[in-house]
Amino acid sequence: MITSAWLFLFAIVSEQLQASDTLNVGKAERFTRIGDAVKAAFPGAVIRVLPGFYQESNIIIDKKLHLLGVGFPVIDGNQKDEIFTVVADSVRISGFHLQNCGISFVKDLAGIRVDQGAHCVIENNRLFNTFFGIYLKNARDCVIRDNYVEGLAKDEFSSGNAIHIWYSKNITVEGNTCLQHRDGIYLEFVEFSTIRNNTSEKNLRYGLHFMFSNNDDYRWNVFRNNGAGVAVMFSKNIIMEDNLFEKNWGSNSYGLLLKDITDGEIVRNRFHRNTIGIYGDGANRLRMAHNEFMQNGWALKILGSCYDNQVTANNFLDNTFDVITNATVNNNHYHGNFWSDYTGYDLDRDGVGDVPYKPVKLFSYVTSRVPQAIIILRSPFVDLVNFAEKVMPSLTPQTLEDAAPLMKIIALP
Amino acid sequence: MLKVLKYSFYDLSRSRWTYAYLLFFLLLTFGLLNFSHDLSKTIISLMNVVLILTPLIGTLFGALYYYNSKEFIDLLLALPLPRRSIFLGKYLGLSLSLSASFVIGILAPMLLFGILSTGLVLNLVILMSTGVLLTFIFTAIAFLVSIRFEHPIRGFGAAIFIWLFLAVIYDGILLLILIWFEHYPLDHFALLMTLFNPVDLSRVLIMLQLDISALMGYTGAVFRKFLGTSLGMSIAYATLLTWIIVPVFAFLWLARRKDF
Repeated sequence: MITSAWLFLFAIVSEQLQASDTLNVGKAERFTRIGDAVKAAFPGAVIRVLPGFYQESNIIIDKKLHLLGVGFPVIDGNQKDEIFTVVADSVRISGFHLQNCGISFVKDLAGIRVDQGAHCVIENNRLFNTFFGIYLKNARDCVIRDNYVEGLAKDEFSSGNAIHIWYSKNITVEGNTCLQHRDGIYLEFVEFSTIRNNTSEKNLRYGLHFMFSNNDDYRWNVFRNNGAGVAVMFSKNIIMEDNLFEKNWGSNSYGLLLKDITDGEIVRNRFHRNTIGIYGDGANRLRMAHNEFMQNGWALKILGSCYDNQVTANNFLDNTFDVITNATVNNNHYHGNFWSDYTGYDLDRDGVGDVPYKPVKLFSYVTSRVPQAIIILRSPFVDLVNFAEKVMPSLTPQTLEDAAPLMKIIALP
Repeated sequence: MLKVLKYSFYDLSRSRWTYAYLLFFLLLTFGLLNFSHDLSKTIISLMNVVLILTPLIGTLFGALYYYNSKEFIDLLLALPLPRRSIFLGKYLGLSLSLSASFVIGILAPMLLFGILSTGLVLNLVILMSTGVLLTFIFTAIAFLVSIRFEHPIRGFGAAIFIWLFLAVIYDGILLLILIWFEHYPLDHFALLMTLFNPVDLSRVLIMLQLDISALMGYTGAVFRKFLGTSLGMSIAYATLLTWIIVPVFAFLWLARRKDF
């Protein structure tokens, strides 16, 4: 009994000792290389890396450590391998400037890789030209916060993702900036995770990419100038709120691409100047409400494979086409939106137009069948046929209409 | 020829129609700019007006001017002047005065709103150059038609029909062909077809400049690949010039052979 009490006390004391254990790394310090300090440290130690230039790679962190960069020490991977590989729980890495990892087509080399770790925190780092930036694999309860990840991606085949998460749970990704990679943030088999306040720009493929990831949410992010803003594929229960999708502009670009997803919420997002605001292919049971679609080529492109989506209380402002579909039957519900192209009237003055609005113009329907027809866009002939179709619909899906179009723009929060 | 040109230009610059045309563009551009405060949006809105109106006004004024000054032309014909210089002078005088109204009407408000300090100068140049070219093209067509038809009503009818055909009907036919042959690769065909219509060609030129081409998907890419290069641009402008030269030569030829 007494011995066990002693042992317990000893354990606490040694824990305390270890926790307060700080190792400095720097030119004039005991350790000149981070790798050596990591090897020598006891679990729970803090490794302070002083400002300087360290040419190191393949630093394997196999115990609980706090790596703390002071004044952003530069760690250069010398185009060889990856820099930090974490294979333990509760590791914290912050304040580093990592650059120049190797490029491999066999291994996904990364600036910081977490393999099988839990409770890790990666924050306030700057990563430049690391093939993959931050790579989590089989991780849980981790936080990736306030990192700046910039790549030099030129084409999709030889580039990595800024933040790549695979087979993980309860991850928080917030306040990061992801530039010029293949995908800004990539999630595959990731559950119960939160992506918020990130900025994802100039990525070749997607700003944020979900694959087979269920029950996640992303909020308050900005996706600008990416190949496509966000792609949500083969996923369920994704909450998408308060994001800005902007200038994802190009002949094959989208703000938000929905591919085979069900039961999501798309609320209070802003879609500005995208070629296609939301592209839905096999998207079912989604609720799209209080979004603002402004100056997009197509605000919504909803293919015939989409069922039971609710499009309510959105603002559609100055889009070249509001809605386009290739279906002849409408399986989705449009109700109570504001359409800037609506020309109806409101005799009873209840704020709701008395004539239903048909958001699918004949011409946009034709272009979905014959894409070449787009060359006569803005021709007076197009206005003529659109008008004729409006008066007497014959080709466009007749039930695709907003029976209660609003007369005034909705004030969005 | 220059004398005739000068005379008809001065004559037209005293005409209130010229001023009405100028005033229209001034007010339109000014109004749009005041309304939107966005130069690039204004250029897009102007595009639609320019593509409809400059051909229409060119057509109407061309026919009207020819039939109105018929007696004067007869008088000139009695003088020892080559017919070529009489008709060319008349034509250039009208086209130049219409173009001047158009250019001043758009340029003045744009300069006032500081177009030079934005990156939109090239867009405006393309808009105005296509507008001017369209004016020249449709005035030439109107002259050709007017010389061909002695009777003003017939002449007007034919001129307006040509305008209607190129501005509206042509696109309908093009669309029908595209739908009928939708299973064939039609991008190059569509490109070729736009070359045969000055209005379509002008519109595509402006739209590519305005970067709406992203909306046009693969077809837009084909167009951009062709018209985005300096060679394609040159071909497009050369085609528009051909659209001036051919009718001009045709009406000069008719004028030479006609028994007045």
